[in-house]
Amino acid sequence: MNPAHYVFLAVILFVIGAIGVLVRRNAILIFMFVELMLNACNLAFVAFARMHGNLDGQVVAFFVMVVAAAEVVVGLAILMAIYRARRSASVDDASLLKY
Amino acid sequence: MTTLAASGVLRASWLLLAFPVFGAAVLLLGGRRTDKWGHLLACVMSLASFVYGVIAFFTLLGYAAPDRSRDQHMFTWIPVAGFQANLGVLLDPLSISFVLLITGVGSLIHIYSIGYMAHDTDRRRFFAYLNLFISAMLLLVLSDNYLGLYAGWEGVGLASYLLIGFWQFKPTAATAAKKAFIVNRIGDAGLSLAIMLMFAEFGTFNFTGVFSSVGHSGSGVTAALGLLLLLAACGKSAQVPLQSWLLDAMEGPTPVSALIHAATMVTAGVYLIVRSNVIFDLSDTARLAVTVVGAVTLLFGAIIGCAKDDIKKALAGSTMSQIGYMMLGAGLGPAGYVFAIAHLLAHGFFKAGLFLGAGSVMHGMDDEVNMRRYGGLRKFLPITFVTFSLGYLAIIGVPPFSGFFTKDSIIDAAWSKGGTDGWVLAACTIAGAGITAFYMTRLMLMTWFGTKRWEQEGVLGGAGAHPASPEPHIPHPHESALTMTVPMILLAVGSVAAGWFLIVDSRFASFLSPVVGSPPDSHGIFTVPGIIALVLVVGGVGVAWAMYGRVPVPAVAPRGSVLTAAARSDLYGDAFNESVLMRPGQWLTRLSVFFDSRGVDGLVNTLAATIGGTSARLRKVQTGFVRSYALSMLIGAVLLVAGLLVVRL
Repeated sequence: MNPAHYVFLAVILFVIGAIGVLVRRNAILIFMFVELMLNACNLAFVAFARMHGNLDGQVVAFFVMVVAAAEVVVGLAILMAIYRARRSASVDDASLLKY
Repeated sequence: MTTLAASGVLRASWLLLAFPVFGAAVLLLGGRRTDKWGHLLACVMSLASFVYGVIAFFTLLGYAAPDRSRDQHMFTWIPVAGFQANLGVLLDPLSISFVLLITGVGSLIHIYSIGYMAHDTDRRRFFAYLNLFISAMLLLVLSDNYLGLYAGWEGVGLASYLLIGFWQFKPTAATAAKKAFIVNRIGDAGLSLAIMLMFAEFGTFNFTGVFSSVGHSGSGVTAALGLLLLLAACGKSAQVPLQSWLLDAMEGPTPVSALIHAATMVTAGVYLIVRSNVIFDLSDTARLAVTVVGAVTLLFGAIIGCAKDDIKKALAGSTMSQIGYMMLGAGLGPAGYVFAIAHLLAHGFFKAGLFLGAGSVMHGMDDEVNMRRYGGLRKFLPITFVTFSLGYLAIIGVPPFSGFFTKDSIIDAAWSKGGTDGWVLAACTIAGAGITAFYMTRLMLMTWFGTKRWEQEGVLGGAGAHPASPEPHIPHPHESALTMTVPMILLAVGSVAAGWFLIVDSRFASFLSPVVGSPPDSHGIFTVPGIIALVLVVGGVGVAWAMYGRVPVPAVAPRGSVLTAAARSDLYGDAFNESVLMRPGQWLTRLSVFFDSRGVDGLVNTLAATIGGTSARLRKVQTGFVRSYALSMLIGAVLLVAGLLVVRL
């Protein structure tokens, strides 16, 4: 199978994730779309690693997974704090820091 | 002239300054505690300076004529590399003459003020300022360099300001004090520029240093120095064009007018020019300017004096005129220096006596100054009348009174100058003598002779002139106390004898000659121009008698001719200053304010408003919504990637 197809799939997944981040208001969903984008990137890394025949992309994919896990922990903690303070998980409600 | 170090009793010449400084310090710092005896301390300090002055005078007389210039270094004022400002006391024939005049007349006026200011609650402050004035004036004439002279020059300006505005609750007095100070600043600027020019050109401002090197400098420098010094002299001596302050300065108490604005301070300009005789000898331009200023002022002041009904202002016009004579004399060079100073000394006596007489009249008339409300006072103030008359005979130049000798010496010196300018100057001085006789006779007749106008209906006086007399009422003229009459008698003796003593046998000329050079040989007592002047004097007296003696003087001033109206308003000196200097100055300030608020501020404000407005609009981009930030990040990332691709491809 042509590795280029995986790259196209990664692009499609990334775009879906980006659109999801932009249009959804629920913070948890936004998180999930972010994860989708990260995984699209992972897929692209792995595909490129395969195409070029070296392991660099695969190593980076592992890195991304670890960082994503850490990020989710911190992010969900913040989310919990916001939810407790505001009784809402909508990111539009947390818009105090503006002009 | 060589200057030698002081020795013997002259080493203590700093005492001259120390006495009045001590008096002023005690009275000013001691405050109300010194009220009881403050005036006595001030008199004693002034007299102490006078006594030391007399001792110093006779010590100087004991030396040979060329050795009479004695310098005593006091201390180094500003020691900086290349700039050594020393303060020293220079006693020479010129300065000792002034010392005797200042401390002698000054002490008499101190004593007079004890009586004159007896009812004033602030008498102590008055005496403190008088002592301050004496010390500053002595510093002016005793300093051995121009910087010390400048310090004294400013000191007398300050004392003059404080004393003109002594009754500062009167708005006119407060304004007059400010006017005197401000007009004097213009002259002071001339003096400071002259000192700077001296330092730039010669590297020193000691008299000896400047006078020894001025001969090597160009004619431009000497002319500039001379003209700057003349500007300074015009300010201090109330000469045209800086004359306007002197008439208003009569708002001060009368002893102040006598001491500062007649006998001593206003003659400082003449002193400055005579002291700088080496500079003026080298510059014909500067000397010509001095004579022109003198001639113009002597006529200017005399014409003003003819129309004033205020006795002090008439005398002030006369002071201007007499100082004009001195300036003219000083402008004639070595031929006139001696006579300028001789006239200055004689004038110090008779004008101080006249002012004190006027003060005595005002004292008896409840501070009324309008001569149209006087009349027939000779029976009520006999001593004042006699002393005043002697001063009058002295000022109009009747032989053998002092004004005759000194004024005629100046007239003769101008006459002998020759050439067109000599003729014009001599004509001015002779005409001035005639006008002087007219206005002084007018003053005499209006004050001492005629009907008692103060008793007439509707001529009540004295209202508001002084806190003691707030209501209009009929005054009860009376002779003044002994403290006031004795100084007047002594000054009258001076008015009678000073001219004869100084001029006959060229006593004063040979005394001053080491400092200012000798005038040409005297033409005798009665000279051709002197006799012409004497004829004009008789004419002036006659005209005045016809106008004010033969016919009764109206108690309210008639309208008068155009010339009278002009002279009453000081020949439009104030109007000129207002229209030519003050109003353009105001326009300039308004223009500057407009330029500042609209131009400079406008530019800055517009810039700030533009930036502020733009930011206020741009600020709206910060919505606080995560999605919009995310979108902008996405767009940024896409653009970045696209850019990289474009560059790469």
